[in-house]
Amino acid sequence: MQDFIQNIDYMQLLYCFITGGIICVIGQILIDKTKLTPARILVIFVTVGAILGGLGIYQYLVKFAGYGATVPLTGFGYNLAKGAKEAVDQYGFVGAFIGGTKAAAGGIAAAVFFGYIASLISKPKMKKQ
Amino acid sequence: MDPLETQSQYQNYVNKKSPNSPIFKNCFNAFWVGGLICSIGQIIGEVCKYNGLDIQLSGTIVSIILIGLSAFLTALNIFNKIGKFAGAGSLVPITGFANSIVSPAMEYKSEGYVMGVGAKMFTVAGPVLVFGISSSILVGIIYFILT
Repeated sequence: MQDFIQNIDYMQLLYCFITGGIICVIGQILIDKTKLTPARILVIFVTVGAILGGLGIYQYLVKFAGYGATVPLTGFGYNLAKGAKEAVDQYGFVGAFIGGTKAAAGGIAAAVFFGYIASLISKPKMKKQ
Repeated sequence: MDPLETQSQYQNYVNKKSPNSPIFKNCFNAFWVGGLICSIGQIIGEVCKYNGLDIQLSGTIVSIILIGLSAFLTALNIFNKIGKFAGAGSLVPITGFANSIVSPAMEYKSEGYVMGVGAKMFTVAGPVLVFGISSSILVGIIYFILT
């Protein structure tokens, strides 16, 4: 345990905190200054992440900020695009259809599974009549 | 109180009475909560790396843990309180994706487990997946053409 704590890269953690925070602030400004609904903001973040990932720009942010760049939804988009590119290298054209979902499979499956289970055990708030 | 005579006096009066735009406070809260969620991800990732997992697998495990946590926090009505405070700070990280699945599903539970929970889970997550996966396919096709 002590060994692990000594091994943590604290500068990396700081970059992660700051970058993740800034990406969220961009979202907050979009919420406050535009009429975009949260659903549209999530879609914009994923799409922008996929485009930046496709252009090969986002990987520099990932290298710099680690999970500060991959935990926000832009990172989800980046992961999809990165997977698609890697699968094209491996399988050719059909890889474009395989790679993205394959790379994000764990996250998507977890979201479906835990989402369903959590909804089942939840107690909906009683609506006031 | 003195009667307000001019237009500008009235404008000043309105400005004084209306609440200040809370955008700076919102951004500050979004910043530190968002940063904290990413840092939790980073620490989980470090634990995975310490145990000898590669970066791809670590990233998947981080996503699964954060998604699972926020799904159950949403079901317990805790996540919504964090969301009200942090705004985009909890929406933009992958936790917001899980929240967007559970929230509508909870609301429509009374419509049944298939067309209620099963279908309404994807009111927000569906578009996210449609646009995310479609743009990744486009990226792949363009990459194929260029290489």
